[in-house]
Amino acid sequence: MTNPPTPQSGSPDKEPVSEAQAAQNALGNTERAEVATKPGGSASTPEPEQKPSLGRLFMDNLWAANTFTVTLLSLVLAIVVGAVLMIISDPAVLSTYSYITSRPSDAITSSWTLVSEAYANLFKGSVFDPEAFSGWLNGTGSWQAVLAPISETLTYAAPLVFTGLSVALAFRGGLFNIGAQGQATIGVIMAALAGFLLPLPPGLHLLVAVLAGALGGAIWGFIPGILKARAGAHEVINTIMLNYVATYFLTWLIVQNGVQDPNRTDAISKAVDTSAQLPRLLGDNLRVHAGILLAVLATWAVAWLLNRSTLGFELRAVGANPDAARTAGISVTRTYILIMVFAGILAGLGGSNMVLGSTASALTPLVVAQIGFDGILVALLGRVKPWGVLLAALLFGALQAGGNRMQSYSGISLELVTVLQALIVIFIAAPALVKAIFQLRAARAARLQTSLAKGW
Amino acid sequence: MSTMAVPDIAVAPVDEGFWTRSRKVGITLLGLGLLAAVLFGALATNQQARFTLSDDAAGAALEINGTIGAILFGIITIAAGAALLAGVPKRWFLAVLGIGLVGFVLSFLCWQVSAAPAGQNFMPLVNIIRGTFILALPLIFGALAGVLCERSGVVNVAIEGQLLMGAFSGALFGSISGSVWVGLVAAALGGAFISLLLAVFAIRYLVDQVVMGIVLNLLAVGVTGFLYERLMQTDAAKYNSAPRFSNWEIPLLKDIPVLGPALFRGNIFLYLGLLLVLVIHIGLFRTRWGLRTRSVGEHPIAADTLGVKVLRVRYRNVLLAGVVAGIGGASYTLALYSFTKNMIGGKGFIALAALIFGRWNPTGALLAALFFGFADQLATYLGAISSSIPSQFLAMLPYLATILAVAGLVGRVRAPAADGKPYIKG
Repeated sequence: MTNPPTPQSGSPDKEPVSEAQAAQNALGNTERAEVATKPGGSASTPEPEQKPSLGRLFMDNLWAANTFTVTLLSLVLAIVVGAVLMIISDPAVLSTYSYITSRPSDAITSSWTLVSEAYANLFKGSVFDPEAFSGWLNGTGSWQAVLAPISETLTYAAPLVFTGLSVALAFRGGLFNIGAQGQATIGVIMAALAGFLLPLPPGLHLLVAVLAGALGGAIWGFIPGILKARAGAHEVINTIMLNYVATYFLTWLIVQNGVQDPNRTDAISKAVDTSAQLPRLLGDNLRVHAGILLAVLATWAVAWLLNRSTLGFELRAVGANPDAARTAGISVTRTYILIMVFAGILAGLGGSNMVLGSTASALTPLVVAQIGFDGILVALLGRVKPWGVLLAALLFGALQAGGNRMQSYSGISLELVTVLQALIVIFIAAPALVKAIFQLRAARAARLQTSLAKGW
Repeated sequence: MSTMAVPDIAVAPVDEGFWTRSRKVGITLLGLGLLAAVLFGALATNQQARFTLSDDAAGAALEINGTIGAILFGIITIAAGAALLAGVPKRWFLAVLGIGLVGFVLSFLCWQVSAAPAGQNFMPLVNIIRGTFILALPLIFGALAGVLCERSGVVNVAIEGQLLMGAFSGALFGSISGSVWVGLVAAALGGAFISLLLAVFAIRYLVDQVVMGIVLNLLAVGVTGFLYERLMQTDAAKYNSAPRFSNWEIPLLKDIPVLGPALFRGNIFLYLGLLLVLVIHIGLFRTRWGLRTRSVGEHPIAADTLGVKVLRVRYRNVLLAGVVAGIGGASYTLALYSFTKNMIGGKGFIALAALIFGRWNPTGALLAALFFGFADQLATYLGAISSSIPSQFLAMLPYLATILAVAGLVGRVRAPAADGKPYIKG
């Protein structure tokens, strides 16, 4: 009874931006609610209870279904399911389970070795590798080896920040942009074309190439935007279809004269000029490049756009209730088009990152990887808030980077990372499930619900 | 087609004056016909374009001079367009439109076949029809899964995942047991597993259905890819060598010229797919189950008031959809290929397109799937005769057609009213 469910309050932009803050806010909210319920709540509880200590409140909230706890527990659940998958797919370990009743220690140790080694490699590949660190201290290794995991994580995270922001921005305006993949594809095409066709001086060339990517994304975002605004065509369907149109266009374009690498027979384009490549931040041995700085800048810009600008206000108003927004004099059609163009620009920048950074320097059919679809997951995990998206992208980047090491050191397929990512988001999207599994207290659970689309 | 009912969005007005939908389509057809007659006619050569009634160049054939054919069929399209422009009775609209489009396609084919390298100026119709159906098969199953789901008000973007999971579990359990039938059941259960997740999260936990569909697709790609690398790649003989259904010849029907060899000497999946279209169509529009399904998809509150168990109907339909899509996935692994990573490769999304293009209707979905399958087959054929038309542009056709359909250029498509909206009782 110390912790009544707090009513949902506040506008979305006041919601916590980071995990640490999330916990703090949850704490603050409950205290406020505590004060608020005292006068009114006296009907059910005649004697006002003694105010619990701050530490007690903190512990209570820690096990309540707030954003931070649910996110953390979703991670835990995903990791557990991932471990189960590893065990059931390993015949050697699985065979120890056939005699688990007679010698349970075998099954337990072999499972533990398999799972802990894999996850340790995931961590070493993405955050910190103690062996590299001691090697550096002993003088046998270099400082680059120590920073390599972080560098990889940031490299993978940078494009995901852009596509995540693209999806999140559209969500806030009430649109579901599944087309980040297609927008990034057109972005990557334009950036690469600008990168190897235009003879420009260094600095300018890079700027033009990055902006060309943004322009490509903007075009591909404009189409579903205008179709939604003028014909009422649902953006989910159109963006899905445009994704494939973009992919086929890319595969066609690569093998055209003037685009294809003249020395190659397979589908690969000419390489982007070095003058159009994003500079590497920590020397040539580490892959981290200026894209991550642009990503942080973009996060800040989107946060500013959403929370401080007129357009952002209109966008959120349209997202919350298009009818009310129109009554208030906001042009819903114009806003829809602008949302999709901005979402396209962001996704297009993500595309630029893929070909101007260190991931690839030429167009191939798979140059965009999955950044558009991953962006959807990143946006959901980041609770469709700009800084949340940045953190989520870092987590996903870390999973990718660590997954590579897990694959080469433990022989666990990189696909496990896809499974983990999907599972995390499934659990995040259904806080009620996480709540039920862990018997969490109901606190602010309603707010966690990401209700977005409105059907076809 | 948005259900959001945003009035300031320009919806084509009902009373359009002179430029009715029929006239707009007419003028478009007229333009296409002119393009065909002039451009295709000019590009076609004087070679005979042969459409053989067999698998290869041999045997009887329908023949026409390339140039004459391209111009002639173009003129037919022009005539159809002119007829629509002049105004034909409404009941003839579809027929005239069909004639116009077929004319356009034939004109295009006359050009392509006649312009093919010497000795290849033929198009084996049996081959083309068979290929069309084979390529359309996963689309048919997928689109039917979509119909079942969405008619009851649950958006099914997870078709891709259901097909993939079906293909995977069909291959895995078919290989382990050595029986096609075990594989088939396992495939159905695999598809139903993804469906179950969709149902539980969408209906019980009210998660946004499009989001859930996207995430489930990724989950299916991840899980099947992971297990593929762990099991099937390490021991393909044990885990990835499923037996295959042999072709069944249907007596009598197999002797129909052209259609017989193309369709009635196929495998079980072809017959099953066509049968399911019929069954689901009748079920949806002629039975109590269908009426309930549609009422739950259109107006769940009214259905609930009349005593229909809304959530139960939805659960059942979503699970059925998974079974259908799972079998569709098995049409790959238990008949044609062994399992490979991400082998569905976007077919689930084309199935979604077919569902929308077919206006949430089983028969419409079948026709749309066949159209998309034909486009796919045509791309293969044109590649084989080294045509100047890039196959990628033909591959785009289904997607572009769907965008046009959704944008209202080919008439209005409308989803079930409650599609994608969770129902909370009380």
